[in-house]
Amino acid sequence: MDEAHIRNFCIIAHIDHGKSTLADRLIEKTGLLTAREMQDQVLDNMDLERERGITIKSQAVRLVYRAQNGEDYILNLIDTPGHVDFHYEVSRSLAACDGAVLVVDAAQGIEAQTLANVYLALDHDLEVIPVINKIDLPSAEPDRVAHEIEDVIGIEAMDAPRISAKQGVGIEDVLEEIVNKLPPPSGSPDKPLKALIFDSLYDSYRGVIVFMRIVDGSVKKGDKVRFMATGSVNDVVEVGTFGAGRFLPCEELESGMVGYLTASLKDLKETRVGDTVTLADNPCEEALPGYRKVSSMVYCGIYPADSAKYPDLRDALEKLQLNDASLVFEPETSAALGFGFRCGFLGLLHLDIIQERLEREYDLDLVTTAPGVVYKIFKTDGSEMELTNPANMPDPSEIEHMEEPVVAAEIMVSTEFLGAIIKLCQERRGIQTGMEYLETTRVLLKYDLPLNEIIYDFFDALKSRSRGYASFDYELKGYVPSELVKLDILINREYVDALSFIVFKDSAYERGRRMCERLKEEIPRHLFEIPIQAAVGGRIIARETVKAVRKDVLAKCYGGDISRKRKLLEKQKEGKKKMRQIGTVEVPKEAFLSVLKLDED
Amino acid sequence: MDSRPLSIYIHIPFCVRKCAYCDFLSFPPSGNNIELYMEALLEEIGQMPQLDRSYRVKTVFIGGGTPSCLPPFYISEILCKLKSALVLEASAEITMELNPGTADRESLASYKRAGINRLSIGCQSTDPAILKRLGRIHTREDFFQVYQEAREVGFDNINVDLISSAPGETCDIFQRSLSEIISLKPEHISVYSLIIEPGTPFHQAYGEGKLDLPDEDTVERIDEITGTCLAQAGYQRYEISNYAMPGRECAHNQVYWNREPYLGLGLGAASLLINPNAPYGRRFSNTRDLREYLASPGRVLSEDRVLCKREAMEEFLFLGLRQTGGIEEDSFLRAFGESLLQVFGREIEKQVSQGFMVRDSGRYFYTDRGLELSNILMSEFLD
Repeated sequence: MDEAHIRNFCIIAHIDHGKSTLADRLIEKTGLLTAREMQDQVLDNMDLERERGITIKSQAVRLVYRAQNGEDYILNLIDTPGHVDFHYEVSRSLAACDGAVLVVDAAQGIEAQTLANVYLALDHDLEVIPVINKIDLPSAEPDRVAHEIEDVIGIEAMDAPRISAKQGVGIEDVLEEIVNKLPPPSGSPDKPLKALIFDSLYDSYRGVIVFMRIVDGSVKKGDKVRFMATGSVNDVVEVGTFGAGRFLPCEELESGMVGYLTASLKDLKETRVGDTVTLADNPCEEALPGYRKVSSMVYCGIYPADSAKYPDLRDALEKLQLNDASLVFEPETSAALGFGFRCGFLGLLHLDIIQERLEREYDLDLVTTAPGVVYKIFKTDGSEMELTNPANMPDPSEIEHMEEPVVAAEIMVSTEFLGAIIKLCQERRGIQTGMEYLETTRVLLKYDLPLNEIIYDFFDALKSRSRGYASFDYELKGYVPSELVKLDILINREYVDALSFIVFKDSAYERGRRMCERLKEEIPRHLFEIPIQAAVGGRIIARETVKAVRKDVLAKCYGGDISRKRKLLEKQKEGKKKMRQIGTVEVPKEAFLSVLKLDED
Repeated sequence: MDSRPLSIYIHIPFCVRKCAYCDFLSFPPSGNNIELYMEALLEEIGQMPQLDRSYRVKTVFIGGGTPSCLPPFYISEILCKLKSALVLEASAEITMELNPGTADRESLASYKRAGINRLSIGCQSTDPAILKRLGRIHTREDFFQVYQEAREVGFDNINVDLISSAPGETCDIFQRSLSEIISLKPEHISVYSLIIEPGTPFHQAYGEGKLDLPDEDTVERIDEITGTCLAQAGYQRYEISNYAMPGRECAHNQVYWNREPYLGLGLGAASLLINPNAPYGRRFSNTRDLREYLASPGRVLSEDRVLCKREAMEEFLFLGLRQTGGIEEDSFLRAFGESLLQVFGREIEKQVSQGFMVRDSGRYFYTDRGLELSNILMSEFLD
């Protein structure tokens, strides 16, 4: 099929505005699958994604649509992750498209992610067509939202299809808009192969499956291809396109097409998202722009609750990494927690997902230390280091200065909560960089915020201080110098490495005090008194005490029922087994996350 | 005659009303429940389906529930039936529990005639407000009267049960209760520190934060008062909650703590039998389901397990150490053919060094503080 009959597009939306549902309907309407074959949401493969309602891995599907003009079109729908953690992956997915369908909730209107995604799409020169979804809702105001789209984003929206993806209303209109308003691809079939990798998948039979958009040229089985960033050269075993949820092998992929290739690749690391694929013998002149190596934003220690499960944890992480190149980990040892791994993630959601998959799919019981960001340390001897584990922080006398990562955040909020949100951002050391009234009642706030102030609970705080209405998006901006110290915790006068964390100097006292209070609640009373102390550079700045147990005795053995007594003692013993031994103190694993809850009041 | 000593526990699950702290297997009688139950119980006593060999009975304990809420002739029938099934030692200790709200001179006399030679009276407190909070059906006057009458009909071995640290209790209230009991000079006094058990009204109130339990300091002082007052009056503490005049310790309860065999009869009653098939003991319990019990008394079990050596060793410790006399290295060696210190030495040494346990010529026992923390300490002996 010629390029004029191909449309490569994605759907962009704020979370919960109905992206996945619309994708389902488009697939259904184009008749690739019978209704019976439809899973609820075809694009979201993993159970976890379905439960969270978030699409994690981008995927693609090829739709065959006969338009009202009687001609058949191939519509390649490239799905994009919808969360800020996966910003780079989103940008690569968008780069593979020529247009985007913007879904906006007819009741909620434009939200922070709507804007962020639209700007990203416009940055990639995509044609954006708006669609107003959820017109079935009683609170729907499609006309108001259409005005909002025109006013805020500045794209034509009066004629935007008014649809209900849930009820299947207006889906045909969306398909016609895609055919009529989105541009066809404009590559050159005669140039050397140039293809963009926007995703990849590990399959235990075929190895790595590379998802790509052919920009110029063509590729077929037997070709020798080169991945330009990694330099890896491989023979193509198979090429094909995407059915709904399955792979459809074909002879050749030509410019403008979206498809996959396999080449007996064993390691996902050879095929990085954003890399350019070309022919080894007839390479293109230069790679596509925009490639960068994704780096971890958030680190934490993950340990098996039962130290005998260390090899199981390693195997599980290795398996997860096969399909998620952005997960990094390396072994580390903690005096308190034993053998485990320091793991790096794109963001806190990514961390959450990995942790849940480890616990659910691999049945592991984990102890996780507080997540932290990557700090840069400039030492007095002129050297520079990246700090991902507070335990490795050099002595303050060796530190010339430190830098911490800062994000550029955009928060959309209605004016009634503006004061509360500004206060929150100030508390988190935010610097306001802009404030725009989108409408009389809605404001777009722009802040530079230190990443370590938002990774724990910023989103929750934002929601609770705006009764759920504020929306939020951010992007890493860079590093700035900062006054940072390591806060140590001592339990029964012993340093607990797994509880140390890096904190802004002026917040250290408050954090330390709360940390001690929190740990006092978490640590059960023992046969002896346990002091809990917070220290900065060896100086104690806060202290609490877990008092000794006064009494724990079973007064009566009813009628000789000894089994009951045994069960009680066993329960006592069992409770103890779930704890971590630090010196002579048993610490429940929850305590290691108590640093996260410091801001709950 | 080749017979071994055995103790018998007989469970009477009926109570006029359930107390607010009680989680034991008891309920108010309804319809002809009592008749049906007694018929079944007497059948079980007659047949004793779980009994594995011949025994002579050294102690009998009729507990509940409230045995005294039965028509008194049933107590006589129970003991008659028991005597026809097994030989009772002449000196056998035969105890029955009694609620002051359900006994009078006539019933007491009838218990005496039936062969009961020890009474355990559930007084719990002499303070009217505390009695009410606990949900007891009797008044302080009921208790004093029943106690007086029991003495008059000739009971010369009486235990009085007290509960300490009840909601609303102060040191003064408790001390008054205890002194009043001591002044009656019962042979035996049990003081049970209140435990909030799941499933009880107290537990619910506790969960809702509505239970005004005495604070830790008060509980500690109440425990001190218990120890000093009873000691001054000549009572010796011989177990966590039990105090007796010399020679008046409850033989039946000591059977439990020394892992001697006993057979429980009646709903939910627990047993320990030791025989060649179960050299370390077989513990089993009758069903706790009344209908099942009535249909087949003593033949439906809710739990039945043969203990392994390790379990028996652990029991030896966590039961033996309840007693102030503690455990003896020699008896451990005799019972298991292994040395106590070889099996538990490390933990024992630790507890001795922490000051919770004392070693005295081959005997180990808990200090007062050790007894107070015994749940935590004993759990360390479990595998």
